[in-house]
Amino acid sequence: MGKYIKFFIVGIFFGIVLVKSEAVSWYRIFEMFKFQSFHMYGIIGTAVGTGVILLLISKQKNIQTTEGTTLRVPLKDRGFTRYILGGTIFGLGWALSGACPGPMYILIGTGAFSIIIVIAAALLGTYVYGLLKDKLPH
Amino acid sequence: MEFILQPWPWYVSGPCIAIIMYLLLYFGRTFGMSSNLRTLCAIGGAGKRVAFFNFDWKSQKWNLIVVLGAIVGGFIAHYLLSNPINMDLSEATVKDLTELGFNDVGQSLLPPELFSWDAVFSIKGMSLLIVGGFLVGFGTRYAGGCTSGHAITGLSSLQLPSLIAVIGFFLGGLIMIHLIFPILF
Repeated sequence: MGKYIKFFIVGIFFGIVLVKSEAVSWYRIFEMFKFQSFHMYGIIGTAVGTGVILLLISKQKNIQTTEGTTLRVPLKDRGFTRYILGGTIFGLGWALSGACPGPMYILIGTGAFSIIIVIAAALLGTYVYGLLKDKLPH
Repeated sequence: MEFILQPWPWYVSGPCIAIIMYLLLYFGRTFGMSSNLRTLCAIGGAGKRVAFFNFDWKSQKWNLIVVLGAIVGGFIAHYLLSNPINMDLSEATVKDLTELGFNDVGQSLLPPELFSWDAVFSIKGMSLLIVGGFLVGFGTRYAGGCTSGHAITGLSSLQLPSLIAVIGFFLGGLIMIHLIFPILF
């Protein structure tokens, strides 16, 4: 159990940040896709900016992970179709339900239990993707 | 303390998210929330029928612990670290949503028109949540990631596939809000 404590703590921090930044709010996602506020762009922009800097520094200093390997981000497979099509399908659902997979779980903690229906449907969507995977263009 | 109880500005929240991503990399893992949906399918026994779910899900236990923590974090932030105030949404957003038939815009995290039990147990409300969730689950696995995996981790490591995926996220979001919402609401 001890080795999982750090993940639990990171999760708690993640939940707190996404609630306090209002990124878990359906309204904020609507506002973002309407380009009516800088808020969500500021969050994603500074997250990516900080992320780029952290990864560059860590590459330069050759930082090791706690597992004893060199810290690096696994590379995504090359491709186009799956990313643009899958991305668009996710975007449609993100805007409609107002929740991406992180906020879905976090919202349970805020007492918004009807989000469990969205999670159940997301599990079904994931399952159907697994069923159709070999028939889809990637 | 007052600063914590207020909504956090984007320039605090964004870097915090980057630190979360970096901590998980430092622990030898990666930041990716939608992978948990696949893991949960595998735990439910989907691997017996579909090869995609036939993997060692126990290696993903750490990520489920992150989810558990995130739920607790959501509880702490909402019930212990927040002043009950309305969201500071832009006036244009409030006006647009009011015109679409939404009331009390920004007085709770989620619109009651979609997430209250009354809405959930109407045919339209239930269908919208199911369709939305289904598209999220299907799309994230097809694209191989969501906001955390592609938009934060992928863009931070300057990966082209993630940029294509994020362009897709916005394409889909814009189509939904600008073309489909006027039909739905």
